[in-house]
Amino acid sequence: MTVTQDKPAERRAARRPPRRRGHRLTGRDRAVVTAMVAVPALFVVLLVWFPAIASVLLSFASWSGFGGIEDIEWIGLENYENLTTNYPPFWPAIRHNLLWLAFLFLVPTPLGLLLAVLLDKEIRGTRFYQTALYLPVVLSLALVGFIWQLVYSRDQGLLNAVLGLEGEARIDWYGDPEINLWAVLVATAWRHTGYVMLLYLAGLKGVDRSLREAASVDGANQAQTFFRVVFPVMRPINVIVLVIVVIESLRAFDLVWVVNRGTNGLEIMAALLTQNVVGEASRIGFGSAMAVIMLLISSVFITVYLRVMFKEEKR
Amino acid sequence: MTRQPKYSRSPSPSAVGMPVLGRRSVLRGMLAAGAVTALPSLTACGGGSGGGDTTTLSFGSNETGSVFAEQRQAMADAFTEASGTDVALNAVDHNTFQENISTYLQGNADDVFTWFAGYRMRFFAEQGLIGDVSDVWPLEGVPDSFKQASTGNDGKQYFVPQQYYPWAVFYRKSVFEENGYTVPTTLDQLVDLCEGMRDDGLVPFAFGDKDGWPAMGTFDMINMRVNGFDFHIRLMSGEEAWNGPEVKAVFETWRDLMPFHQTDSLGRTWQEAAQTLQRRESGLYVLGTFLNEQFPDDEDDLDLFTFPEIDPAIGATAIDAPIDGFCMSADPDNPEAAREFLAFLASAEAAAAAETTGLPFISASDTADTSGYSALQKKSAELVGQAEHIAQFLDRDTRPDFASTVIIPSLQAFISDPDDIDDLVESIESQKQSIFVD
Repeated sequence: MTVTQDKPAERRAARRPPRRRGHRLTGRDRAVVTAMVAVPALFVVLLVWFPAIASVLLSFASWSGFGGIEDIEWIGLENYENLTTNYPPFWPAIRHNLLWLAFLFLVPTPLGLLLAVLLDKEIRGTRFYQTALYLPVVLSLALVGFIWQLVYSRDQGLLNAVLGLEGEARIDWYGDPEINLWAVLVATAWRHTGYVMLLYLAGLKGVDRSLREAASVDGANQAQTFFRVVFPVMRPINVIVLVIVVIESLRAFDLVWVVNRGTNGLEIMAALLTQNVVGEASRIGFGSAMAVIMLLISSVFITVYLRVMFKEEKR
Repeated sequence: MTRQPKYSRSPSPSAVGMPVLGRRSVLRGMLAAGAVTALPSLTACGGGSGGGDTTTLSFGSNETGSVFAEQRQAMADAFTEASGTDVALNAVDHNTFQENISTYLQGNADDVFTWFAGYRMRFFAEQGLIGDVSDVWPLEGVPDSFKQASTGNDGKQYFVPQQYYPWAVFYRKSVFEENGYTVPTTLDQLVDLCEGMRDDGLVPFAFGDKDGWPAMGTFDMINMRVNGFDFHIRLMSGEEAWNGPEVKAVFETWRDLMPFHQTDSLGRTWQEAAQTLQRRESGLYVLGTFLNEQFPDDEDDLDLFTFPEIDPAIGATAIDAPIDGFCMSADPDNPEAAREFLAFLASAEAAAAAETTGLPFISASDTADTSGYSALQKKSAELVGQAEHIAQFLDRDTRPDFASTVIIPSLQAFISDPDDIDDLVESIESQKQSIFVD
């Protein structure tokens, strides 16, 4: 009898998953964990979710920033309507942001990778080149603006002087709306290349030497070794670079701002938003509508990125 | 060699109203939008810095580390000496002051603070954010045109003017002498002069509009010559249509003058344009007197005349002369001293105190001692003295959001393509209606 009575209990115990001691939290642990989750969560809510939701709400309002919340007038979709139909810089800005994204992907990113591969070869003076190429990333915005003003100035700039253009033949690099975006993109590439190069240099240092040796033993040439072995191994870095390119092109702002505050051929979302919201021109509802559209565009990229990442993890 | 662009003396609020922001602008923009919702709660703790202390007065200034900052300090010290009231000078960087003005006024504004005459001042007055200072007026030696510029929509004065810098047409005396040019007083004479200059190998008008605001000066001048001062004010306050025949006439006149302007102006700063005048490559330049910054060694050769008459029925009596001065907070801690200080700031004594720094300003008061003025400053004072109406410059006379987000891009579009006037004015009018809603 005693045996049969014991059996179901044993079975129950066996069915229950084995419990490890470590999973049982003491009261103090619980408090620590709660604090560690709650404090960052609070910051995220306060600094990310609250402003984001406030922007969405304000995008349906007309408010100059004066007076209290009771002075906010709710006007439905009027801001969005004005933005898309009655604000000439809007569509050029969307186009320019997308162009910016494509350009960063196609030019400075591969260039940064190429430079990283070359500098990884321990050539003479590699430190000097690294520093020189990375320098633009650390220079202050005011200085960067000034440097490019010296290069691109129509009347007194370096570029027109080097090209030997005089008088009417001079090219108006910053003022001609057909050209100025490209001039600024070149300046952006100057900074972005160094950034990408540094990331890839770090990535290349992390690639196991034995992989290359194995590849060369198998008879792979340099190009094959790089594209078939080294590049795929650097996957984490590639993902980081990808994300950085998307973020940088969506928030592209500073160079355009120092040139002409985002007018005349240099319309770009972040600059238009700043023009409308910051400073004396407080079209807060209108600017918020623009912020919401940027939020939507970024969400598309974020969603795609997260889906890819989760798929990878499942595999 | 290019000089480093200086924005130290901004001719217009919007020129400095925009900050050079960091890279996280997007997030910050969103934050700004979110953060302002928290503002009204701050107004509760407003009302100034002190707690009813009657021997000190707080004074908000938007100049730091410049000669203007020194002038303010000198004036504050002189007032303390004369009245025994301590002045706590609270100086904030120019850009920061400009950007935060709405928070500042709704929060703890200083008893007396720097501001400009114009639409924005009247708007603040209407919102009850600045104090009525009618009892400070009349101010000794301050002309009626300045009083008009200091008056709110309700007919009371909310502003005390101190100094100004007129916009005019600048030229080099020596260039005029060498080529035998004379100062034009009508549009036809101006066109003749421009043609003569072109034949002599000069660019008639130096022009640079990379920053967007300098072209507003030319627009204002032509508008006030073609349509008059009253139309300018009504247009700026949103009462007149931008797509009407009046504004079209302005753009048409400007279009006809455009061939005399320096080409490729949208990539050129006003400093670079001024340097072409300095190097005798161009003959004329429509700008404010801050142009002298680019003439460190030969300012004496610089002279000015008012933009010539276009319509004899309108004349040439209105000019742009942005006035800088001071307002009182709506709820000052020390109202008597604030009024006393405001009256002092507009006086000849304040101008004399400022002059001790080595650089005088052009005082709004006729009674100020002008013996320390440069020739150009004397000429400027004369020009303003003759003017019947003083406008404050486009972006000070209208809503700042309209000026910066509609007018700047529109004027730049006009400069790129001066022939498409009809579409341009339709677009301005339709955008105006989306902004002037209240």
